[in-house]
Amino acid sequence: MKVGLFIPCYIDQFYPQVGIATLQLLEKFGCNVSFPLNQTCCGQPMANSGFAALSKNCDKNFVANFRGFDYIVGPSGSCVLHLKEHLHDEQHPGEAEHIRKHVYELTEFLVDILKIEKLEASFPHKVGLHNSCHGQRGLHLSSMSERMLPAFSKPQQLLSMVKGLELTLPVRSDECCGFGGTFCVFEEAVSVKMGKDRIADHATNNVEYITGGDVSCLMHLEGILKRNGSKVKTVHIAEILNSNA
Amino acid sequence: MSTSKLSHAEAAEQFIKDEPRTDWHDETLWFVRQKRDKAAHGLPEWEKLREWASQIKDHTLSNLDNYLLEFERNANANGITVHWATDGADHNRIIFDIIQQNNIQKIVKSKSMLTEECGLNEFLHAKGIETVDTDLGERIVQFRNEAPSHIVLPAIHLKKQDVSDTFHEHLHTEKGNNDPQYLTEAARQHLREKFIESELAITGVNFAVAETGGFVVCTNEGNADMGAHAAKIHIACMGFEKMIPKAEHLSVFLRLLARSATGQPITTYSSHFHKPREGQEMHIIIVDNGRSRQLGRADFRNSLKCIRCAACFNTCPVYRRSGGHSYHTAVAGPIGSILNPNIDMRANADLPFASTLCGSCSNVCPVKIDIHDQLWKWRQVLVAEGYVDTTKKIGLQGMAFVLARPGLYRFAGKAGRAVMRMFPWLLNNKLNPWYKQREMPAPPKESFRDWYIKNKQQ
Ligand code: SF4
Repeated sequence: MKVGLFIPCYIDQFYPQVGIATLQLLEKFGCNVSFPLNQTCCGQPMANSGFAALSKNCDKNFVANFRGFDYIVGPSGSCVLHLKEHLHDEQHPGEAEHIRKHVYELTEFLVDILKIEKLEASFPHKVGLHNSCHGQRGLHLSSMSERMLPAFSKPQQLLSMVKGLELTLPVRSDECCGFGGTFCVFEEAVSVKMGKDRIADHATNNVEYITGGDVSCLMHLEGILKRNGSKVKTVHIAEILNSNA
Repeated sequence: MSTSKLSHAEAAEQFIKDEPRTDWHDETLWFVRQKRDKAAHGLPEWEKLREWASQIKDHTLSNLDNYLLEFERNANANGITVHWATDGADHNRIIFDIIQQNNIQKIVKSKSMLTEECGLNEFLHAKGIETVDTDLGERIVQFRNEAPSHIVLPAIHLKKQDVSDTFHEHLHTEKGNNDPQYLTEAARQHLREKFIESELAITGVNFAVAETGGFVVCTNEGNADMGAHAAKIHIACMGFEKMIPKAEHLSVFLRLLARSATGQPITTYSSHFHKPREGQEMHIIIVDNGRSRQLGRADFRNSLKCIRCAACFNTCPVYRRSGGHSYHTAVAGPIGSILNPNIDMRANADLPFASTLCGSCSNVCPVKIDIHDQLWKWRQVLVAEGYVDTTKKIGLQGMAFVLARPGLYRFAGKAGRAVMRMFPWLLNNKLNPWYKQREMPAPPKESFRDWYIKNKQQ
């Protein structure tokens, strides 16, 4: 199984450890993974700000990098959702379509394609799970509090296989953290208030870590936690699933 | 109505300055959202009901011309006068004509977001005619000379103390008496007088039934009935999207409306009006005001399915923390953010950006409007039409340029990280909105790609 590793631009630049954990995890499960060296960004920051028209060349670059893989896997629900919904390339429509249909968020790939049933990981800490909106409501990684459908959660399913990990959920289990792409700077006040409220909700569970499938949300929460001198840390779910502490 | 000229982001920032009030606003509306969840969970057929409602509305919108004409025919046959208004001014003029012809002095009005949209109160006020809003929440904001901040809970931005102060000023209640029962009683006595005196009652319309030519008005306070039953003239105002084909369809919508709005199984009063009582005049004004334009926009026509339950307001994490007035339009919240750019793109260009696109709104919507997708699409339209900040435009153009060029992207990334490490104060300053209340991520020495080349590519 040839897997193209998609590491979103800001993870590449600021959170390389998440990329490493993702790669090692996929390799552990026998995937033949390669990282196309000329990848940059999925185009989401432009598109979500109304500039989808500007992301054409980004799309083209993405298709050039990721054609020919059986699956494309990335540790970011929102980037994956963007690709699924909006990736197009006029010169290579077939390849773009293949990518749209075969791009997976990491936890979704582990559960639905690799059908992982056990993990060697151990992470003896109290951890709060942040359900990121695009992963949850967009990619259906877990059931949603608004819908009257049976409960399930792919990230939770994986975390339950980690030794020593004590998982908690905030009371508002799937409320947005307020990151929202460029929303976090253009609507700074609301964005930070939403982040603070998410943190407060997790804090009542005395968590040591907040984890999730989107580095963007975690980066936003981490920024607020650090500014306020909190001891709570953020960690991407790939790092937990790959950990052997 | 716009209470300020500030953009959503600016007005929201003002609102949040009073953090305890913001928390209270958030928690109160979240409580309503939870009540909605509970009520919805109580119906195993909930998702089916949503699907039916959505399909009935789709069908109606696709055949709207026929249903509107059928409605007019049947309403006329019942003795109701039907008026057509192309816009808000037209709507207001029709009402003003009726007032003048009948030499009316005393007017009561029950809740109608359409009259807010058309600016009826201000229009009549300018002509020297006062209307009394009879919904308790609306009366409170009317006393305060404010617009409703929420379409179902118009005074939800106010606390008991605020109401007490307002009533003390206008109804001479005891200063500092915050007892809700005491305050409600004072309002009730005051409104009772207004009902008894009234010569003209204006109401909204929740559903107009083509098959019968009748319409339904839902209230929890019974104030629409009190007004309509006491006055000798009843004017009902409706946007043309309120149409449904048959009376039997009410069974779907009435079950969804109240549960979505407040978690009640049904609104306390669902009043069915079919014809004027003897000696009474009944008018219906059917308003377009940009709706036909929205109907013609393939990506946005779906927004006309809205039944104004406000579930999307209550679930919206941005609305809960920014307050309704920050949306500076009659209909605030997620649905307002996709309806208002249609009415005025320039004035409302900020609204589709006042969302994280979390998608919760689309999930709660009882008629399945793809609200967050439409927000995304509006952003594309607004940018294409040039209604977006130049700084933002330049920034994103630059970003797109860099990100389409792998070499440049790597160079910029490396340089950026180096700058952040060596000169953190360059970014950690007040001009960077990220940094205002958040630390920047700590820049690592090497990117993932650098690591990969070193460790994986021999
Ligand atoms: S858009 Fe949907 S959820 Fe929002 S007010 Fe309208 S019907 Fe209710």
